[in-house]
Amino acid sequence: MTGNGILQIVLYFLIILACVKPLGWYIAKIYENKPCGLNQLLQPIERYIYKISGVQPTQEMGWKKYLYTMLVFNLCGLLAVYTLQRLQYYLPLNPQNFPAVLPDLSFNAAASFVTNTNWQSYSSENTLSYMTHMTALTVQNFLSAAAGMSLLMALIRSLVRHETNSLGNFWVDTVRGIIYILLPLSFILAIALSAQGVIQNFKPYQTIQLLQPIHYQKTKIDSLGNPFKDAKGNLIRETVKVTEQKIPMGPAASQIAIKQLGTNGGGFFNTNSAHPFENPTPLSNFLEMLAILLIPSALCYTFGLMINDKRQGWALFIAMSILFIPSVIITTYAEQKGNAALKYLGLNKTASSHFYSSGNMEGKETRFGIVNSALWTSATTATSNGSVNAMLDSFTPLGGLTPLWLMHSGEVIFGGVGSGLSGMLLLVIITVFAAGLMVGRTPEYLGKKIEPFEMKMATITVLIMPLIVLLLTAIALSTPKGISSIANPGAHGFTEVLYAFTSMGNNNGSAFSGLHANTPFYNIAGGMEMLFLRFWIAIPTLAIAGSLVRKKLIPANSGTLPTHTMLFIILLIGVTCMVSALSFFPSLALGPIVEHLMLGG
Amino acid sequence: MANKILSWNTSILKSALWDAFLKLTPSQQIRNPIMFTVYISSLLTSALFIQAITGHGEAPTHFILAITFWLWLTLLFANFSEAMAEGRGKAQAQELRRTRHEIQAKKLARPERKAKITLIQSTKLKEGDWVLIEAGDFIPSDGEVIEGIASVNESAITGESAPVIRESGGDRSSVTGGTQVLSDWIIVRITANPGETFIDQMIALVEGAKRQKTPNELALTILLSGLTIVFLLVCATLLPFSLYSIHAAGSGQVISVTVLIALFVCLSPTTIGGLLSAIGIAGMNRMLQSNVIALSGRAIEAAGDIDILLLDKTGTITLGNRQATEFIPAEDVSIEQLADAAQLASLADETPEGRSIVILAKEKYGLRGRDILELGATFVPFTAQTRMSGANLAGRQIRKGAAEAIEIYLKEMGGTFSPSIQEKIASISRQGGTPLVVVDGKKVLGVLYLKDIIKGGMRERFTELRKMGIKTIMVTGDNPLTAAAIAAEAGVDDFLANATPEDKLKLIRKLQAEGHLVAMTGDGTNDAPALAQADVALTMNTGTPAAKEAGNLIDLDSNPTKLIEVVEIGKQLLMTRGALTTFSIANDAAKYFAIIPAAFVATYPALNKLNIMHLATPHSAILSAVIFNALSIVALLPLALRGVSYSRTSAAHLLRNNVLIYGLGGLIVPFIGIKLIDIFLSL
Repeated sequence: MTGNGILQIVLYFLIILACVKPLGWYIAKIYENKPCGLNQLLQPIERYIYKISGVQPTQEMGWKKYLYTMLVFNLCGLLAVYTLQRLQYYLPLNPQNFPAVLPDLSFNAAASFVTNTNWQSYSSENTLSYMTHMTALTVQNFLSAAAGMSLLMALIRSLVRHETNSLGNFWVDTVRGIIYILLPLSFILAIALSAQGVIQNFKPYQTIQLLQPIHYQKTKIDSLGNPFKDAKGNLIRETVKVTEQKIPMGPAASQIAIKQLGTNGGGFFNTNSAHPFENPTPLSNFLEMLAILLIPSALCYTFGLMINDKRQGWALFIAMSILFIPSVIITTYAEQKGNAALKYLGLNKTASSHFYSSGNMEGKETRFGIVNSALWTSATTATSNGSVNAMLDSFTPLGGLTPLWLMHSGEVIFGGVGSGLSGMLLLVIITVFAAGLMVGRTPEYLGKKIEPFEMKMATITVLIMPLIVLLLTAIALSTPKGISSIANPGAHGFTEVLYAFTSMGNNNGSAFSGLHANTPFYNIAGGMEMLFLRFWIAIPTLAIAGSLVRKKLIPANSGTLPTHTMLFIILLIGVTCMVSALSFFPSLALGPIVEHLMLGG
Repeated sequence: MANKILSWNTSILKSALWDAFLKLTPSQQIRNPIMFTVYISSLLTSALFIQAITGHGEAPTHFILAITFWLWLTLLFANFSEAMAEGRGKAQAQELRRTRHEIQAKKLARPERKAKITLIQSTKLKEGDWVLIEAGDFIPSDGEVIEGIASVNESAITGESAPVIRESGGDRSSVTGGTQVLSDWIIVRITANPGETFIDQMIALVEGAKRQKTPNELALTILLSGLTIVFLLVCATLLPFSLYSIHAAGSGQVISVTVLIALFVCLSPTTIGGLLSAIGIAGMNRMLQSNVIALSGRAIEAAGDIDILLLDKTGTITLGNRQATEFIPAEDVSIEQLADAAQLASLADETPEGRSIVILAKEKYGLRGRDILELGATFVPFTAQTRMSGANLAGRQIRKGAAEAIEIYLKEMGGTFSPSIQEKIASISRQGGTPLVVVDGKKVLGVLYLKDIIKGGMRERFTELRKMGIKTIMVTGDNPLTAAAIAAEAGVDDFLANATPEDKLKLIRKLQAEGHLVAMTGDGTNDAPALAQADVALTMNTGTPAAKEAGNLIDLDSNPTKLIEVVEIGKQLLMTRGALTTFSIANDAAKYFAIIPAAFVATYPALNKLNIMHLATPHSAILSAVIFNALSIVALLPLALRGVSYSRTSAAHLLRNNVLIYGLGGLIVPFIGIKLIDIFLSL
């Protein structure tokens, strides 16, 4: 790794660290309904929303009501996104006159955006109108992120409150999350990004004349898409001359800000943040990377504040960082080292100079280079963001293994806004249980006793993801419909399929690319997977919250296991790694690991 | 004695070996979900073996045979572990059954000694019947003494040969069926129907027939079952993955079902799964060994969680009686004179306090015991009216008694306490002691300092409890001043003075409302409500039926200090489970490194680089992992039965030690073990 690389990673992490405390404090104030500085400005809007929607902001909800409200809310979102895509031809703001999106693709995209996954089976600039982008996708980017935070707040309150049923009000939490946190932050970021050159307009796609025509050869095909063959059975090639290019336009900056902040990740353009209109400069790249980790990391501090024990929040932050930083370093190292097989050709691709980017540059943007691509890749898969600024399919096997592993750990390393920390808290429950057994005391966390019910719920929550991901990967690999989408043969093709289902199953949405995912099989299987896992996990999480909030607070004493110490952090990391490694080691061995070994790594 | 233990153990061993096979029925196996998957796996490989000998084997016949053999052994080892744990209980149950033989009972028509007696079989006695039991008779069933007093040999249940006194009224009225009256007679009202007696309950408990899963065991079983399901799917999906890989690599062999099953059994938490019930039963047994009967497994587990102990002062923290520790003479009296008078007044006093005065005089001032008759003295015994005792001899009238009693006595004779004596009396009271004033006629000789003697080692024990996070509260009927002094000396954290049974109940409720888990000991009927309220209630076997009914643990030795041991056994039980679970799961890392390269090396030769243990062949690698998995059950059985060692330190310290031993150890040991087995197999 080059010194320049280390410097960039350290700088990135230091700036994140500097934001954790102020933003975490601000978020805590929002959800505790205390003055935060923006009340005068935003409270009238908040009150007005309650007034027109008939929400009683003081009404408290039990876990079942909270869950029910959330499910109905998301179901409405699902139907709305689906309908808007199907009707886009008849709606305004469609300068390219895109037809209705096909049903299976509409379903996949609706499921994807409602669940905060933002897996994109569609090719954005060839499929969706500006209207669909703005009203269907961007709206869900806000709503799904806010819903994730609401769920976390319910869980945190269940640890703070005792001997009660009430977990807060889903409507209030969600509304406050949007108007106090997501909207202001998105606004600032969108302005900054458009200053850097991210486009924001409603123009139709522009056609420009190329200064120099381009020629290339392609196989001649008939109207049905079948290639013409000559008498000998060889494909007939024809030369194509390109003189003009179509440049897509649209309101990109406003969607990209929330896409990064809300750990959504669904790009405005097909190549996501690798596209120059979506991510034009190193500075815009840095801001977008910062936005990925901003809220998930700050929520750790919010958690500490809300439970009145900041050490607990820092402990989770440290645990996440210890899992995150080595992943960044491994990816950067693997990419800078380059393809080991090339050394047999007498090429040394290892990056050596600080400013000369060597190593594996395939699939990466030259304006970002290896370090920023690797850093982005780690951040986007550690959180459930899933946006990309480089093509993972072209990474080295180890470089591709890290993002896969980060998702396999269940999106708890910072994770999605809200959902990441709640996932981590479920792992904490399992860790506390194991540790409690080892010190001879039935487990408790923050004064709440962990009993069979919580364990049952935590177990089905934590273990369901590997089950579904492995099952769907196995189904895809044993059916022609699944195999036919694979672009690269061999172990790499295996990784492509595993990555697709891992990404959708963990509501990440990052694409390994290489896999042709826009087929009815992948659209429907993936759509079901995203919906099932997001809500399957939300239900027991809220059930745990409902059970914890009723319990008494047990005073701590020296027999209580401290959960803020380095020992506990190590144990938590151990449990996190163990759960993912035990479930996924065999499949990783057959994918990236064997590929790495075959390249002579 | 050693010989006896040895023979006892070999007999348990023999029957456990036999039981291991008997437990192979599906109905027995299904009770343990994790081992049941191993059971199904063994049946499957057996079928694959039969298929192989008919010539259609999916893998070499000898390999399938070896895997099948070791899978069945894994099951047998798990069964054996459970049988070993049950064996100890069974041996104890047999001892108990011997006491349950048919007894001829003397049933009374009315609860009177002279009522008509009918002879009846003890098994026909019902609740509410009256029986007469005379010297030499066995007590036919559980009951309560309603008349009379007798010495009873309870060695059948306590193992203690010294007879105990049972009498009507008070806290020693309970008798247990199967014990023997040695002297005198008692009339007992039967309190248990046939089959529900204490001995019946004990037999059921020690045999493990009534053992229910405790909350923690249940939670652990859920976690382990969840993991097992994940492992099942991990292994099952390897088949399509393998098919695809071969299709992709263009070479290799499809992974065999035998290998998939072997991998599955290795990954499943069989070590803890196979030992789980043994650990639970062994915990009960450890309680039994310390002569505590747990009426529910829940109570043992709760004992590990206790954070407040309510301890009775008398008998638990202090020796039962006060002892003289100091002579404090009046101004014009020498200490020898006081000692001499005090000794004379106490020579014939048979109370423990009196004896302690004689002993103190002898030890400190060399005053030998004198025969009171030789001195021509007459002893004035203690009466409830005078509340004094003493001796009269040649012109001397020596009296000793509580300060108030002596004050009245002096007043009658026209004397009073001097201010300095009053000061001395007050000072002793302040220090938690009891002052006894000694007078000769009207002359006050001095004050004796009677003191509660804290049992040896209690202070250290309470310090250790504090380290474990357990707070101790002393409960006493003393006034707050005395209580505070004793509490400070004994090193307890808090005390409840002037305690009535209602106060105790109130205190427990208050502590529980604050979220504490409270344990207490008790024996009297008036303790019953508090016992019923406490999370862990250790009742004395000598206690009344009401108290025993209210408690969830019974101490056969009737030793209140036992509570501390009970807490430790509870903690040890949880820790053993936690340690073995950690060990079991940590083992999987090594097993992956043994099996995954072996299973896929034919498809991807590059994977052999993962064979970091350099195991000889794919088959020997897989077999080594299976053998290691099976052997680890028997290897850890002694630990499961004995329990992991417990030291009284803080939770953080314990966790660090156990994570290092069982977590890190569990990660490293199988690498060595599997390699060694592989070397052995390739010899």
